[in-house]
Amino acid sequence: MRVIKLREVQHILDAEVICGEDLLDNEVGSGFGCDLISDSLCFSRPNCLLITGLTNIQIVRVADMIEASAILFVRGKKPGQDIIQLAKDKQLPLLVTRRFLFESCGLLYRHGLHSS
Amino acid sequence: MEFSVCGMDFNRAGEAAAQIKKALQLVGMHMDTMRRAVIVAYEAELNIVIHARQGRLVAHIHPDRVELEAIDEGPGIPDIPRAMQEGYSTAPAHIRKMGFGAGMGLPNIKKSASQMRLTSEINVGTRLTATIINQTSGD
Repeated sequence: MRVIKLREVQHILDAEVICGEDLLDNEVGSGFGCDLISDSLCFSRPNCLLITGLTNIQIVRVADMIEASAILFVRGKKPGQDIIQLAKDKQLPLLVTRRFLFESCGLLYRHGLHSS
Repeated sequence: MEFSVCGMDFNRAGEAAAQIKKALQLVGMHMDTMRRAVIVAYEAELNIVIHARQGRLVAHIHPDRVELEAIDEGPGIPDIPRAMQEGYSTAPAHIRKMGFGAGMGLPNIKKSASQMRLTSEINVGTRLTATIINQTSGD
């Protein structure tokens, strides 16, 4: 088990950085993949990478509350401007990858990121 | 602390829980207590947003506990034991698409709270009270 930098997450998943370009040296201690708000809130841990296909504003609010290090959106889904603005206000980096949820989690796990 | 919560306002939903979390951080509440209180506050707030016309979320912070109360005006809960079952939900499809409505809100509140009380009257509203005992590190 190891922490990895967001820059490495970006590289592994060929991800686009939507906001938080200046925070890519921040580290994530674990990953949590989920498309349910309640599960994200209850089972993820501080400093995790929240990996999801949900792009509504509530995922940013939950990420902020659980003190996630960043959100990675899968399946190429990009959030709207209001969500990006809220993430900027919260200093929460947002990344998007074209890969699916399972594939994204698998690749990150293979590179040493463990479950939250 | 008291917050007004408006039904179906998903843009502001979660703001009250976030404010409660900030207050808990400021008083230096134990991490696990804060985490459990935030889960209760957020789930209770979202229940009002999803199911009710309007409501209030009230938090009382004490050194040894956090008391949360969610009072709403709405359709009420016809069958509380069923509503407490994991996976049971009455949320419509468009709410589920947002990642809600998995039927875990009330069960998560029950798991996270030290004590919980739920009363409801059909076509009037629902009142939830929950207490989270501050679990200090034991020293």
